[in-house]
Amino acid sequence: MALLEVDDLRTYFHTREGVVRAVEGVSFSVEKGETLGIVGESGSGKSVANYSLLGLVPCPPGRIESGTARFGGIDLLRCSAEERRAVRGRRISMVFQDPMTALNPYMTIGEQVMEPLLVHEGSTRGQARERAAATMDSVGIPDASKRLSDYPHQYSGGMRQRVMIAMALITKPEILIADEPTTALDVTVQAQILALIKKRQQDLGMAVILVTHDFGIVAGVCDRVLVMYAGRIVESAATRELFRNPRHPYTKALMASMPSAHAKGEELYTIPGMPPDLARPMTGCPFAPRCEHAVDMCRRGATALVEIAPGRASACLRVQAGEL
Amino acid sequence: MAKFIIGRVLETIPVLLIIVTMTFFLVRLAPGGPFDAERNVTEETRRQLNEQYNLNAPLWRQYTDYLGHLIHGDLGPSFKNSSRTVNEVIGAGFPVSLELGLYALCVALTIGLAAGISAALRPNTVRDYAPMTFAMAGICIPNFVLGPLLVLVFALWLEWLPVSGWDRPSEKILPAITLGATYAAYIARLSRGGMLEILSQDFIRTARAKGLSEARVVLRHALRGGLQPVVSFLGPAAAGLLSGSFVVETIFQIPGLGRYFVQGAFNRDYTLIMGTVLFYATLILIFNMAVDVAQACLDPRQRRA
Repeated sequence: MALLEVDDLRTYFHTREGVVRAVEGVSFSVEKGETLGIVGESGSGKSVANYSLLGLVPCPPGRIESGTARFGGIDLLRCSAEERRAVRGRRISMVFQDPMTALNPYMTIGEQVMEPLLVHEGSTRGQARERAAATMDSVGIPDASKRLSDYPHQYSGGMRQRVMIAMALITKPEILIADEPTTALDVTVQAQILALIKKRQQDLGMAVILVTHDFGIVAGVCDRVLVMYAGRIVESAATRELFRNPRHPYTKALMASMPSAHAKGEELYTIPGMPPDLARPMTGCPFAPRCEHAVDMCRRGATALVEIAPGRASACLRVQAGEL
Repeated sequence: MAKFIIGRVLETIPVLLIIVTMTFFLVRLAPGGPFDAERNVTEETRRQLNEQYNLNAPLWRQYTDYLGHLIHGDLGPSFKNSSRTVNEVIGAGFPVSLELGLYALCVALTIGLAAGISAALRPNTVRDYAPMTFAMAGICIPNFVLGPLLVLVFALWLEWLPVSGWDRPSEKILPAITLGATYAAYIARLSRGGMLEILSQDFIRTARAKGLSEARVVLRHALRGGLQPVVSFLGPAAAGLLSGSFVVETIFQIPGLGRYFVQGAFNRDYTLIMGTVLFYATLILIFNMAVDVAQACLDPRQRRA
């Protein structure tokens, strides 16, 4: 059985402009020790899906409309607040995009890194301090024990993200959700942080869900990839398979629009049109209005993620029909 | 930190000097003198009075003499209460104003923080709108309306509390509420705003993701930053509360400092005006300094060597 099994997750935001269907029927699973990449543009629902799992979607306006997320015998979407608190920050930890704002500027680094131990494991402050220093050391923070009493503004961006990772890993979680962990960092630091996550993953044997919009990161780190568009998963495959042979027209378009896919001097490719307004009801495939392969069937029928080969699924009706 | 405090203390000296100078010349610019209102005074007596209080000397001379006394902590004789010095007047009035002010501050902080924080935890619900509407009313209703209103209800109709006075503890309740109400309302609005701002920050989401209880998220992660606007407000607010309110002291017949402040201005009692203004200015400076120190304690980013 998979470590985490998400089935038919729907998260809507009830705003004055209407119901925004940010996550619309997402199902996936995470195996022990694997790295799952979730790729998509801004607003594709990749972050909201993960926030939903940990109950971090602000409510109101957000609401989880349906779905289950089975993890260690409980359903994360239906369990009590207490049960959920016992999981988050302990068995499933999270690292956020912007380390500049994700750390509390009013508390010392030590207080913040120690906190999961104090809350979840009932450690004494002395024990917690020792383990905080050791964990910070293991993520490459020099002079860790001395820097426990520093405040976030005394750390650089890359060091702060290391602190975030130390804080997430200190309880030795089974799953680490990394939500665009390198987007706010310098390119040179990005590679270091990814290598660090990879290394700590091997040491601790945990699964990693890596949310990103960068196919380059996916190629380097992930075992499997989910491609999300308009709140749905449109394609899922092993990383190698996906890069060798992208099937969904959206995946292809996304890969074609990567700057590295182009020869020097060649004009960059952009996907025509805009992502759909998720507050408006949609019929057919959400990508159809922007898709060069779209036919009548795409604009009418409902789409669903269907397995097209072992370990490989696509939501494209024409791929499923064997036409693409 | 010691360096920071010493620096701030030194900064207050020029500020005080400017305040002394401006007040000194402004009160003398106002038409009329301290003894003009007294009818049955001969020219000779007036001359002697002016002589006695050093009012015949050239203005610059009066100014330097005043500064000379001031350095020794002597605020001079009160022109109108000839038997008392300004130091004595302040010494008698301030403890009363201080006591009233402390009670009012307690009222303001308790009610204000409770209302503001609980409103921020349930924004845009009844538990937010009700206290905030109340707070808006608290800011709008002046204390010369609220005071008599409270007296009418609690002293005259219900007969729970005395109408006025300043001896028994029961006499101190209504003045404290009257004086504290406006400040409670401001504190409620400021703490609500500050807490809402902080609770929407990314690091609060981080704290929740760590599996902390909601109480710990609010108390350990949000409160320190959320109360910063309140702390900034407390400097001038505390100075205002502690140095007495003319209106509240008059309504409830309280022998505090506020009355002398206003009487001094009406009577052209130059030394009394100067003394109370200086005293008030010093209080404001001290409290603002305390606020800066408190904020440096709250927010590590403001601690600079």
